[in-house]
Amino acid sequence: MQEHILSILIFFPALAAMLGFIVHKDSVRAYGITVAAIEFFLSLLLWNLYDPMTSGMQFMESAPLVAAFGINYLVGIDGISLFIIVLSTFFTMIGIASLTETRRVKDLIITLLFLEMTMVGVFAALDAVVFYVFWELSLIPMLYIIGAWGGPLRIYASVKFFLYTFTGSLVMLVGMLFMAYFYYQATGQWSFSLLEWYRLILPLNFQLWLFAAFFVGFAIKVPMFPFHTWLPYAHGQAPTIGSVILAAILLKMGTYAFVRFSLPLFPDASVFFMFPIATLAIIMIVYTAMVAYAQEDIKQVVAYSSVSHMGVIVLGTFALNVEGISGSIFLMIAHGVVSGALFLLVGVIYDRRHTKLMSEFGGLASVMPRYATIFGIMMMASVGLPLTINFVGEFLSLLGFYKQSHSFTIVAGTAIIVGAIYMLSAYKKMFFGTVTKEENKNLKDVNKTELIALVPLVIITIWLGVYPKPILEPINNSVESIVQLMHDKAQTKEAQTRIPNLGNHQATNSQQETH
Amino acid sequence: MLEPINVSLASLNITTLAPMLIAIVGALTILCIDLIKGGLHKSFYVMVSSLFLLLDLGVVVDFGNIFLKNGPVSGMFDMMLIDGLAIMGQIIIVAGSMLFIPLALTSKRFHEYNYPEYFALFLFMIAGFQFMVSTDNLILIFVGLETASLALYALIALHNRSKSFEAAVKYFTMGALAAGFFAFGSMILYAISGSIEINQIASVLAGDHYANIGYVLVAVSFMLAAFGFKLSMVPFHTWTPDVYEGSSAALAGYMSIVPKIAGFIVAMRLFEFLVHSGVVWLQVILYIVVVVTMTASNIWAMVQTDVKRMLAYSSISHAGFVMAAILIGTTQSNAALFMYWALFSFTNLGAFTMLWVSRQKNLLAGQSSDHPFEKFSGLIKTMPMAAILMGLFMLSLAGIPPFGLFWGKIYIIASAVTGGYTVLALIMALNSALAAYYYLKLIVFMFMKEPVVGYEKYYLINASITLKTIIGIAAIGTIFAVFAVNPLLKVITLFVYNSGY
Repeated sequence: MQEHILSILIFFPALAAMLGFIVHKDSVRAYGITVAAIEFFLSLLLWNLYDPMTSGMQFMESAPLVAAFGINYLVGIDGISLFIIVLSTFFTMIGIASLTETRRVKDLIITLLFLEMTMVGVFAALDAVVFYVFWELSLIPMLYIIGAWGGPLRIYASVKFFLYTFTGSLVMLVGMLFMAYFYYQATGQWSFSLLEWYRLILPLNFQLWLFAAFFVGFAIKVPMFPFHTWLPYAHGQAPTIGSVILAAILLKMGTYAFVRFSLPLFPDASVFFMFPIATLAIIMIVYTAMVAYAQEDIKQVVAYSSVSHMGVIVLGTFALNVEGISGSIFLMIAHGVVSGALFLLVGVIYDRRHTKLMSEFGGLASVMPRYATIFGIMMMASVGLPLTINFVGEFLSLLGFYKQSHSFTIVAGTAIIVGAIYMLSAYKKMFFGTVTKEENKNLKDVNKTELIALVPLVIITIWLGVYPKPILEPINNSVESIVQLMHDKAQTKEAQTRIPNLGNHQATNSQQETH
Repeated sequence: MLEPINVSLASLNITTLAPMLIAIVGALTILCIDLIKGGLHKSFYVMVSSLFLLLDLGVVVDFGNIFLKNGPVSGMFDMMLIDGLAIMGQIIIVAGSMLFIPLALTSKRFHEYNYPEYFALFLFMIAGFQFMVSTDNLILIFVGLETASLALYALIALHNRSKSFEAAVKYFTMGALAAGFFAFGSMILYAISGSIEINQIASVLAGDHYANIGYVLVAVSFMLAAFGFKLSMVPFHTWTPDVYEGSSAALAGYMSIVPKIAGFIVAMRLFEFLVHSGVVWLQVILYIVVVVTMTASNIWAMVQTDVKRMLAYSSISHAGFVMAAILIGTTQSNAALFMYWALFSFTNLGAFTMLWVSRQKNLLAGQSSDHPFEKFSGLIKTMPMAAILMGLFMLSLAGIPPFGLFWGKIYIIASAVTGGYTVLALIMALNSALAAYYYLKLIVFMFMKEPVVGYEKYYLINASITLKTIIGIAAIGTIFAVFAVNPLLKVITLFVYNSGY
């Protein structure tokens, strides 16, 4: 079982989804929760079995798919992907558990289980084509969730979401084919295995083109600044569960792919594009924060703030040193927890009032005290208050980039203050003051189902904010090996200096651990 | 005194004719049976045709084994050439026909299937296509093409609606024009090379270093026009949507697959040596035709209101995509062409059969065509299984992994990458994104809209067990294609490589 735990983890939800067609629609919700809980338990088991001291890939499985063309079913995880997988299974579970949707629940739950398969698959895949397969497949359930359960503009939003991402990933596909072709030229053998690609050192101008091709695919998914326009529509129209999964997991695919593909495959190009991308990231942080401030719809505020924080993740990733990358990966998880929780919270109020306009609320703190408390904690976490989960990630990301450029980091740091402004003002508009609307006077506070979803998130937010080590350490170990790989592969002078050499550092680290 | 002509029967290698003869004998048998006892049920004719096709396929596969051992076989005064392309082409033609002919077994009665002539014509057509792919003699190609086309025109017209007659006549006129172009092109090639066999023409032209380049160009333009019509390349595509709309969905699906693979094989034989001859002009023209065909038809497909017309434009775009393989002209790309088409057959079979099972006899008030998008609106609520299957075929056509066509797409794009056509690879990839829009449109209608009242009684109205089985086969072929790709790729590459392409 241990050798195949990853395959089980990937295909169990899909299999369960297919069997789910048989389950009667009144019981399907319980069925969904059961399956998602088993899956979550399996992912915890995976974490338990994972050896945090090893930096390489674990639980590797390999089977030939199209051997003649070098495509293999190759999966494996390291510290970088492990926690995102756990996060995916966790969010699917609480997403289904807190589901308030009543229209065609059966279809929705089956779709969610299929989506879970693609999410785990993306983060476990180590073969570019397998990665691409799951990456593209994840679009379809999301398309359906937004398009069938969304708001009035749902069809436009879902098609826009699909076409944007699909176009980007097709460019990425051409990049992957080129990469495989270069590998073929170098070794005489076709291969799409990421681990074998890692060994390939490409000339700078090839790296630049390929980096650009991959970048288009990933940047649209993140979404980076000029390509972000699909996201507010998708969030605005998606049902709560759709927004939660989209913000918590699907967006992470892009930033994860940067770490998995762009950095180790093209270290010189990464250094070459470091400042242009950092500029985009900072524009993304500042601009979307300002846009968020101008929103009247609380869900749009959360959506834009989520884009803004994705900017910090990108910035940390392109710090190209251990602190920055570890921080950005930690922030991916933090952002998943926090923005997922915020979307759930927005969903709570939307279920009661069927509006998301902040002007419709006010003074909710006195009507719904528990709701206000949880919202407050999550909002503080989102702002990056110390001792909450986001702080650790943001701090490390910025610290990492500080080593590369002081001025950029200062601008990005100030932008986070803007984040505090819009979040606090949104909170003020919704929760403080007197209750002005008649409808708000008798709102029910969060009920048990909602608490089941929200309380664990609060606990994680504070627990990992205070004591991030259990997660940070495995991440750190895996990131160190990636940074070392990048340093070893770097050809240009600039890249060699920008990407730190960890040779000695690692040795001392392991010495300390033996003591 | 003339020498007596002395031809030993063995040197004729008559067995090379066996596959086509089986189809022809099958057709004649059906006609004879009709003379003896008329009024037999269509299921009888379907099964008899399938049996003959099965024999046909068996012989072709047997030739495959011979080919792998001894290389290409020629016969009948070198008229017949059974090489890897011919064998694979015949396999796709015969296997494709075997999958399409059971579509006649609808649960509703359709007038054309009551004529045994329908099935006889069908078999004659298959024999024609088989002749067309298993020769490099321009005259035999012409004869095969015309035999097959004439039979096909008649099959379309037998559907017995005014639109079908229109379609048949349109196809006939366009086909006649194409035949004229083909004849002119062959004539000029014969004039400058003194031969009507493609490999001889190639060696003569290479021998005098393309001294008559002007004539070659004229001949090539005629040939391009002829194949443009047959393969529905832009700007010769205008007949396609109308003909697809006019013929029954079963036949339209058939037309999108079998006649085209025959055309591609001839195009491959003819254009391959020209592309490699270094005649830049031809490369540029082919490049433009490929890009325009892909892109323009994708854009036209976006604005269609009828699913069948949309699929017609989509099949034009797929043809353009595959034509790129001929332009690239490496062993990998030629292998990719066959793989793409094999996978495409399954998916398109499924898509057109899904239309065929919901074919109405009479249009509703306000309904403009047989299969408007509205007809499929909200299908997930009324017929979830049908909606999921149709969605599956659309996703596969759009090239979403891991469904069938994705593997064909990735391999053709990879062959563009390895062939040095970087920009083309990118254009092909982005065209898939364009195409995704209109395939998605049907998915949006099926999954995200409310059902339109009035259509529900037509869903699966024609679905007999046989048709459901066919859809099931297509679906399984589409979903599990990934496991077939590796063996397919190996066999196809072996055949293509050993034929020297």
